[in-house]
Amino acid sequence: MRETPIISLRNVAISLGGQRILENFNLDIKDGEFVTFLGPSGCGKTTTLRIIAGFERPDSGEVLFKGRNITKLPAHKREINTIFQNYALFPHLNVYENVAFGLRIAKYKEEIVEREVNHILSLVSLSDFALRRIDSLSGGQQQRVAIVRALVNRPKVLLLDEPLGALDLKLRKDMQAELKNIQKQTGITFIFVTHDQEEALSMSDTVVVMDGGKIQQIGTPLDIYNEPRNAFVADFIGESNIIDGIMIEDCLVEFAGEKFRCIDSGFARNEAVDVVIRPEDIKLTSKENGRISGMVTSVTFKGVHYEIIVDVNNFKWMIQSTQVQTPGEEIGLILEPDDIHIMKKSEHSGEYGDYSAFSDEMYEIYEENNK
Amino acid sequence: MKSKSKWITVPFAVWVIIFTVVPLVLILFFAFTNEDKIFTINNITHVGKYSSVFVNSLLLSAVATAICLILGYPFAYLISKMPEKVQSIAVILVMLPMLMNFLLRTYAWMTILENNGILNSVLKFFHLPALNLINTKKAVVLGMVYNFLPYMILPIYSVLMKIDKRLIEAAKDLGAGKMKVFSKVIFPLSKPGVVSGVTMVFVPSVSTFVISKMLGGGANILIGDLIEMQFLGNSYNPHLGSAISLILILLVLICIGILNQYDSSLNSKNKSQ
Amino acid sequence: MELFRDIQVLKALFNTVMISVTASILATIIGTLAAVGLRKLRSSLKKAILTVTNLPMVNPEIVTGVSLMLTFISIYNTLGVLKLGMATLTLSHTIFCVPYVILSILPKLEQLNPSLYEAAQDLGCAPVKAFFRVVLPDIMPGILTGMIMAFTLSLDDFIISYFTSGTVMTLPISIYSMTRKGVSPEINALSALLFLVVLVLLLIINLRQSVRENADVVNLR
Repeated sequence: MRETPIISLRNVAISLGGQRILENFNLDIKDGEFVTFLGPSGCGKTTTLRIIAGFERPDSGEVLFKGRNITKLPAHKREINTIFQNYALFPHLNVYENVAFGLRIAKYKEEIVEREVNHILSLVSLSDFALRRIDSLSGGQQQRVAIVRALVNRPKVLLLDEPLGALDLKLRKDMQAELKNIQKQTGITFIFVTHDQEEALSMSDTVVVMDGGKIQQIGTPLDIYNEPRNAFVADFIGESNIIDGIMIEDCLVEFAGEKFRCIDSGFARNEAVDVVIRPEDIKLTSKENGRISGMVTSVTFKGVHYEIIVDVNNFKWMIQSTQVQTPGEEIGLILEPDDIHIMKKSEHSGEYGDYSAFSDEMYEIYEENNK
Repeated sequence: MKSKSKWITVPFAVWVIIFTVVPLVLILFFAFTNEDKIFTINNITHVGKYSSVFVNSLLLSAVATAICLILGYPFAYLISKMPEKVQSIAVILVMLPMLMNFLLRTYAWMTILENNGILNSVLKFFHLPALNLINTKKAVVLGMVYNFLPYMILPIYSVLMKIDKRLIEAAKDLGAGKMKVFSKVIFPLSKPGVVSGVTMVFVPSVSTFVISKMLGGGANILIGDLIEMQFLGNSYNPHLGSAISLILILLVLICIGILNQYDSSLNSKNKSQ
Repeated sequence: MELFRDIQVLKALFNTVMISVTASILATIIGTLAAVGLRKLRSSLKKAILTVTNLPMVNPEIVTGVSLMLTFISIYNTLGVLKLGMATLTLSHTIFCVPYVILSILPKLEQLNPSLYEAAQDLGCAPVKAFFRVVLPDIMPGILTGMIMAFTLSLDDFIISYFTSGTVMTLPISIYSMTRKGVSPEINALSALLFLVVLVLLLIINLRQSVRENADVVNLR
């Protein structure tokens, strides 16, 4: 049996400032889920969120709320609340008045407002801060005010636009757990936007990977990680070696000049494919024992493991291993069938997954440029 | 939905057109017509007769602006070097005379500079020879400097304030002495303030009629007096008055243009380096 | 004779205050609406409108004065309304104050976090209500600064008033007319009073910022 999705986007298209952001966009979100839109900047994830909130109206297509068309319903009439990227707390109101804002607009009786606000402030241990000015709070406290200001209205859907972006790493981890907890307890549908893949994987029930205004893959965090559908997803979610291969037959693939057993099937005979191998799945052995072998070109200590770049016939592989290696040495690689993941060729093929120019500095520059 | 509010600007644009554009167009219209609303350039050519007034105005206001700059820049620089608390008091002190009505301030100088005024009484008390200042060009320039000096100090001060202190430290670090730091870093960066200060002193000086009337007597007529006479004085002639106003606007625009040119060419030069 | 002059001075004071209060309120309303609308325009159009709006700040005051005088006289000659007097004085003061009001509000609007307006709608406010509940309180310091500025400029204005007043006397105009024969002590006393008013207003503008900065400490109690 299939229940009506709480939010559905049907053939949504939108252009902003003359630029096509979304085209023919379709998505269903189930009630009570923690859904994350994950993708690089400019992939359309925030725009999608703003369409659901009612801040942008799509050029064409429909937005459904529990099957009802709300495309033309203005933001203030939707049972949806948002936690903004920079919190958007009202600087002229104190903590209490910020949280009470929505209830006051909905014209609740003063005693109900007082009870609800005080209750929810105590839940996030902000009772002592009720009369404080917003700008006298720390980042984490402001974050919590923003959360309860939205939650006190008991929305059916809560939208979170990169809400943890401004926090430092430690606080970020704490808030991730806290948000996940709140979601579980309240059962409210959370739609969370982030460009941080680790955040997406650790918090969500469902991850929607987006790029260029299109959905690249929808699935559970495990699916997305283990079974990326194309080179973009494979590269964006964690590190990946992506190698050109040929599917000889079901469960047999050829790449790097060797044939390997694998567990994927359903491809045409001799179909050209992308082969994904996660750096942590590769086991190292001596040159003689490996199916394929290559020369270590660099070794970087990363804390939990070493990051080793190995040159196999001019293709640079990244391997994460706890065993240290010496640059210049020849080593062998062992690949088990379930380490090998086969993807159909896509428009993203050839763009990612080669570590020949890889260096941390390069990667940072790349990230900067793609912000 | 999100940009409905931009339509508020339509009535405002109408307001601006009626009360800012139309009046200036009317000046243009009056300048090029006679009483019978027939096109003529006689008004403009007529202005040529008053070229000495124009020269006099430009000269006096240029001198006043120069004096303001020479006095105002070091003053602004000193204020910007003071401790922060003292700075705000100093700024208020600079602004204080501006709060007194402009006419009374000028009137006060009248009573000081008069032949039997305060200054000469003091001089007489010390058996010094009396000075004849009232109704001279010197008095007019003094009035301009006194009235408009704050307009020079404040913009320069606010630009000096905003200069990143690290730039000065960087210059010192690169071996610049005090003089070099000033000439190579501080002064070039403060130029926008100087430009707006010069504009804010020059424009009211060149167009004033109050100062020249009160401190210059009848002998030192300026452009402002000339315009005032055509509109409210005995020689009522709004067509000639408009022609003079038009030329005054053009003069001011040219001066501002030259100043901004100087400033922006400097900026673009800095950028390309 | 003395008494007559006193009555004249009081009349001028009354006119001045009436004009300043009306013009500063009108200029504040017009300037606020204009600033709110201008912010939403694309930047080239906004720049064009602002350049024209700011002309009275760049132009010599006497030019603004005579150009408004010509306009009012032309309007009176063709439509028979707006004879030079209180109405034209108030209107001219409003006109030259509007750019100052816009100038003090626009930066506040530009600093305003656009999400605040959306957040208010998100929490259930209709757009107009969201403006009054969230945007207006946030730009209020700019609006007040603009209004005080407009008031002091209007209070002190002589040149533009001189050309647009007809036979109406304001305080600065009567001061000007007295400078030949000597300024009366009443005028000096009144001016001293106005000096104090303006001083207090300017101190309020200047102190507002530092008070706002210190407000945290007060709120901590």
